[in-house]
Amino acid sequence: MRQKVLVLYLANSALDAPTIAWAVYDGTGETRPMAGDTDQPPYRTGVEALKDGWRLFQAAQILPHTRGDEFDLAYLKYEFFFEKLVEIAA
Amino acid sequence: MTSPPLLGALDMARFTARGFLRFDGVVPDEINAQFLAEAGEADYPQPGRRMMQTYGALLANAQIPEVPPGTPLPATYAQGSAVERLLALPLVQGAIRSLVGPDPVFDHHFLHVTFPPAYYEAGGGEHVSQHTHQDSTIDPSEGFDLQIMYYPHQVTREMGGTRFVPGTHLRRVSEVALGRYQNIAGQQHMVCEAGTLLFLHNGLWHGGGVNHSERTRTMFKIRMNPSVPQVRQWDVSTLPAEPAQRPIFFVKTPQPETVESILMSPEPWFEQDTGRLEFVNRIKMWRRLAGDPTFDADHWMTRLENPARRA
Repeated sequence: MRQKVLVLYLANSALDAPTIAWAVYDGTGETRPMAGDTDQPPYRTGVEALKDGWRLFQAAQILPHTRGDEFDLAYLKYEFFFEKLVEIAA
Repeated sequence: MTSPPLLGALDMARFTARGFLRFDGVVPDEINAQFLAEAGEADYPQPGRRMMQTYGALLANAQIPEVPPGTPLPATYAQGSAVERLLALPLVQGAIRSLVGPDPVFDHHFLHVTFPPAYYEAGGGEHVSQHTHQDSTIDPSEGFDLQIMYYPHQVTREMGGTRFVPGTHLRRVSEVALGRYQNIAGQQHMVCEAGTLLFLHNGLWHGGGVNHSERTRTMFKIRMNPSVPQVRQWDVSTLPAEPAQRPIFFVKTPQPETVESILMSPEPWFEQDTGRLEFVNRIKMWRRLAGDPTFDADHWMTRLENPARRA
């Protein structure tokens, strides 16, 4: 078995919110996804990925904002990790 | 000596909102050809020779000077060299003056070359794109450095031109910590004619694409620092006499393009909540560039700064 990982960044904390960024990592070695390889997201929302058999295993927490730093922006907030386990030939 | 043409309010607003200005085909062919001759050509791929060896030899032989940071920009390049001539173009002079101010200081430069598949087939190594990143390190300062990316030859989509994400420049991130984001809605890939220039805020997220063509792709980058505050260095005569306050949310007709409308235009990757914080941060940047600490657009700051709310 090998793991395929899909990371979706959504427009808010809801799993049915639109996808704004994405990444795929392929443990089978069959494909080599990389930065800038596609301009269209693989799924419109996180729920669309669930419907296609991806299993959610981590979601970003919703954290309060530190007083004084409310307007400082850094990384994308709504990150969801999915996986598929894939059989490979022995 | 005539003054270079300064950028107007709308272009400055575009830079504030999106973190870049693009000028297609503005460098004359003669300078492009001179630059490519001075940069030199990579050796042909040879079995067993790694791409980085070829790249190192190219950099060593290029007629581009090694320059310490802190050098005044006008003293950086030899008179008559391609880069000196490029920097002397009125459009370039005016844009630098508008964005950085007078007496810019050289930070660093680099000859970025991406190699076709044949180099990896001959010498090994993985042929992949560069992770998306923000240059240098976490930058909490109010001002910014200017980076000029110069494309001396035509760049096709197959060549994997520089990828960048408009509007990311105000995010305070740590270099390639964001490398996990392979693709971001609204990302752009530089496809351009020879002689194109990209003027970037140093915070803009970007990365080199993978080159699937049969020739090398060359891009020359120069970073420069301001030596004075970047306040009202541009053509402020283009500012309207009165700010263009406009109706918000409940709007029946399209609004004309103004500084405010440009600053309030979202990017496809904006999160629904932090997109509003991006607007606030753009307003703060504009206040500094315009020297107007009371400027507001669409009531965002007025609402937050209402003196009646203070204790």
